[in-house]
Amino acid sequence: MSKNEVWQGTLALMVLKTLQTMGPQHGYGIARRIEQISGDMLSLNYGTLYPALLKLEQEGSIYGEWGTSDNHRKAKFYRLTRAGRRQLEREAREWEQTTSILARFLSPGEEQA
Amino acid sequence: MKRFRALLLRMAGFCLKRQHDQEFASELESHLQMQIEDNLRAGMNAEEARRAALLKLGGIEQTKQAYRERATLPLLESLAQDLRYSLRQLVKYPGFAVTAILVLALGMGASIAIFTFVDAALLTPLPYRDLSRLAYVTESAPTIPLADISYLDYQDWKKLNRTMSSLEVMTPSAYGITTSSGLQLAPGARVSAGFFRTLGVAPILGRDFAPGEDNTSAAHTVMLSSNGWHKWFAGRSDVIGQSITLSGVPYTIIGVLPKDFHFALRGRADFWAALQPTGECEKRRSCHNLIGVGRLKDGVSMATAKADLNALATQLAVQYPASNSGQGAVVLPLTESILGNIRPLLLLLLGGALLLLLIACVNVASLLLVRSESRKREIAVRGALGASPLRLLRQFMTEGFVLVSAGSLLGMAAAYVAMRILLGLIPSDMLDSMPYLASAGFSIRVWMFAGAVALSVAILFSLTPLLRLSFANVREGLNQGSRGYAGTTWRRLGANLVVVELATAVVLLVGAGLLAKSFYKLLRVDLGFQPGHLATVGVIAPDIGYEKDEQLLPPARKILASVSAIPGVQSAALTSLLPVTFNGNTTWIRIVGMPFHGEHNEVNERDVTVDYFRTIGAPLLSGRNFTASDDAKHPGVVIINRKLAEQYFPGVDPVGKQIGDVSLTPKSLRQVIGVVDNIKEGSLESELWPAVYFPFEQSADSYFSVVVRTSQSPESVIPSLLAAVHRAAPDFSTLEEDTMTRRIADSSSAYLHRSSTTLVGGFAGLALLLSAVGLYGAIAYSVSQRTREIGVRMALGAQRGSVYQLIMAEAGWVTGIGILVGLVAAVGVAALMRKLLFGVQAWDPSTLAAVAGILGLAALLASYLPARRAASVNPVEALRAE
Repeated sequence: MSKNEVWQGTLALMVLKTLQTMGPQHGYGIARRIEQISGDMLSLNYGTLYPALLKLEQEGSIYGEWGTSDNHRKAKFYRLTRAGRRQLEREAREWEQTTSILARFLSPGEEQA
Repeated sequence: MKRFRALLLRMAGFCLKRQHDQEFASELESHLQMQIEDNLRAGMNAEEARRAALLKLGGIEQTKQAYRERATLPLLESLAQDLRYSLRQLVKYPGFAVTAILVLALGMGASIAIFTFVDAALLTPLPYRDLSRLAYVTESAPTIPLADISYLDYQDWKKLNRTMSSLEVMTPSAYGITTSSGLQLAPGARVSAGFFRTLGVAPILGRDFAPGEDNTSAAHTVMLSSNGWHKWFAGRSDVIGQSITLSGVPYTIIGVLPKDFHFALRGRADFWAALQPTGECEKRRSCHNLIGVGRLKDGVSMATAKADLNALATQLAVQYPASNSGQGAVVLPLTESILGNIRPLLLLLLGGALLLLLIACVNVASLLLVRSESRKREIAVRGALGASPLRLLRQFMTEGFVLVSAGSLLGMAAAYVAMRILLGLIPSDMLDSMPYLASAGFSIRVWMFAGAVALSVAILFSLTPLLRLSFANVREGLNQGSRGYAGTTWRRLGANLVVVELATAVVLLVGAGLLAKSFYKLLRVDLGFQPGHLATVGVIAPDIGYEKDEQLLPPARKILASVSAIPGVQSAALTSLLPVTFNGNTTWIRIVGMPFHGEHNEVNERDVTVDYFRTIGAPLLSGRNFTASDDAKHPGVVIINRKLAEQYFPGVDPVGKQIGDVSLTPKSLRQVIGVVDNIKEGSLESELWPAVYFPFEQSADSYFSVVVRTSQSPESVIPSLLAAVHRAAPDFSTLEEDTMTRRIADSSSAYLHRSSTTLVGGFAGLALLLSAVGLYGAIAYSVSQRTREIGVRMALGAQRGSVYQLIMAEAGWVTGIGILVGLVAAVGVAALMRKLLFGVQAWDPSTLAAVAGILGLAALLASYLPARRAASVNPVEALRAE
């Protein structure tokens, strides 16, 4: 299977979920995490992450702040806002619904019936 | 909500761009460093680690670009770019920029300045409640269409009409006030008690007149205009209840009118007194001195009200044939009676200004065209490098916008200055009769007008280059840009623009020419007397103590003797009304021995002293002049004017005949002793009426004018003239001291003609200049584009003369068509302004010919210069030229 490009829109959801599980994190950390979780299946161009972060920040879902990383490097840390948490819950639910509907459509049992 | 917040932040990001860029650069840097460290830990060498990190990121610049696009609005960004580029272009071609902006500012400034007056007079509603229900009401007489109402007729109309909820009246007056610096005259008016309630005006201080306060039995009360309140009482709020003596009569001040109140039919009035019918005039049905204002009942039209009052007038004519026969009613919208005269004039000026704006726009548009022609290569290159047509269009729109913004800002400033100057140029008594102009200023409507003008001009300019540039032909543009190529399309388009320009200039020039000719004719109207070397002053007797002729005559004689003794005064006289004032103050005559059927033979009546005709220089045609013995003790005599002699004594020598009043009462009979040439009693443009002149000694007035003929300049006599009058009659007030020539030049008809002539003439002069420059530009550009062609022609043996011919013929065609189109349009426009012309036809051939001549000459000059340059082309250089 070829490596999948990240779909438009799902990146935001992944970012939100990452921040929820990991707590405040800088851009590089988020990128690494998304890649790790997806195994080798997603090819993420790290550069595309930043406009997505900016968009989330402009919309008030996350909040960026300068801090110091584990190895004492200055980095901008993002964390979820209350609005971001709500957005994550909503979008995750919608996503699950979509996938479960699609899954039912595509399941072999459906074809036989 | 979320989106909106993001949009706002992105807009803000546009302003904080540099800061954002820096912050992101460091964020990206820390990102890279972290990854490089990880890569090093994974065993790569330094160079490899960095390379892999960059690869994973997808390029620093690309990331920054993507981030920037999200951080701000790309549209805003490119707009700023276009703006910067446009400004650079303008700075790079300062000649073009300055010319275009100045021409635009000129056109916009003129039209906005005129619009402020249109706004103040025609668009700002008059300060009365429910304006459309208010009517101007007056009586009409056979010879006088607007004859004012007599008090007794008014009483009947008020009582008997069925169409008006109220009918009130006003009459102008003037009051002498004794102040610490002597007796001063204040303009005033007398109104019936419900006048202000009918208009819907409430006092800001004190109270309005109570019903019945205009009866003779009521105490004397007066209200102050805001102006009068400030002038005479310094705006003190304790004036209510105070007493003031006006022309010898004590009045109680009961109220102050609002600041924005004005009543143009009176002009300025400081004191508004309750109209009590105490005057001599109010007792006679034939004495018309009131202006009526009525409020129509709901659902009643002006026409219905007019029919109603007309029926009443007919009834009164039957009842009182001696005074009322032939009289009718006039009911007009009040707005119409106040603004009817000024409206055509203002619209004319606005039209002129807009035409000037049109020429200015056409001029700048053709400049833009020429520039877009020379920018063809630039456009082609930008197109080839990938600029979309939309993007190029946006660039042009931005350039047009910048140009128009600069022009508008300058134009607004110019308009403000012009408006202040024009307001300052209006003499104060003219301004008093047009009080609505005082509020001229940059109101919201003026801003909207300026905005609309700027917007349409901006749209015009941003689209102009599009006409010329077809963005599709990128290759063609690249190919042809380098070679001199006279685009035929441009020549056709440019020529059309010049035709529009020339035609507009013709219209303005013809308008100005006709107005100037009217003004010239007006000033050269036959006055029937010599206005030079005359000084005049008006005199008013106090209201009390001078009701009878015997009381008035001694001070009048003293005044006459006193002014006659002034050094340099050759002769002096008194008259009840100066010439060139108005047709009116009439009397009805009947000629003894002629058939009479009760008709009203209305003639001007003037009461003059012995030396009057000699003083003003009016020649006596037959008979004798008045002498000192034509006084109350001797039989009545009269001098008539030529018009009366011709009209009422056709083929008969009137001298020695008898004239009397309608019923030929013995007391009224007077013998005609002489005929004087026609003296212009009415305004300059009015027609001549028959007139009778009575000796002052036999018919004195409490209001009269002193007129003296001087050997030196009349201005220098005025101070001693005033002093002499005050010395002779200290309790009389004086007003309107002036020289006769200045009085005529400042009279409202002369003033209106002069100001419209000056303004339209100014517009026309500018239009001439602009269109000549436009023609010059078009021809010069065409020549510069045809240099190679001309070179070829000359190399093939064409003479310089034929090159001249070539260029001049091109200019000649454009000019000819422009002038022709313009003349046709001008006759149409002139027909619209017929009302403003005097003694000139709209198609006045000499004006049309003169305009065609002037414009032709200007066009000849404008095209001669480029033609000469074309003819002096060196063929060798022209062929080599790129």
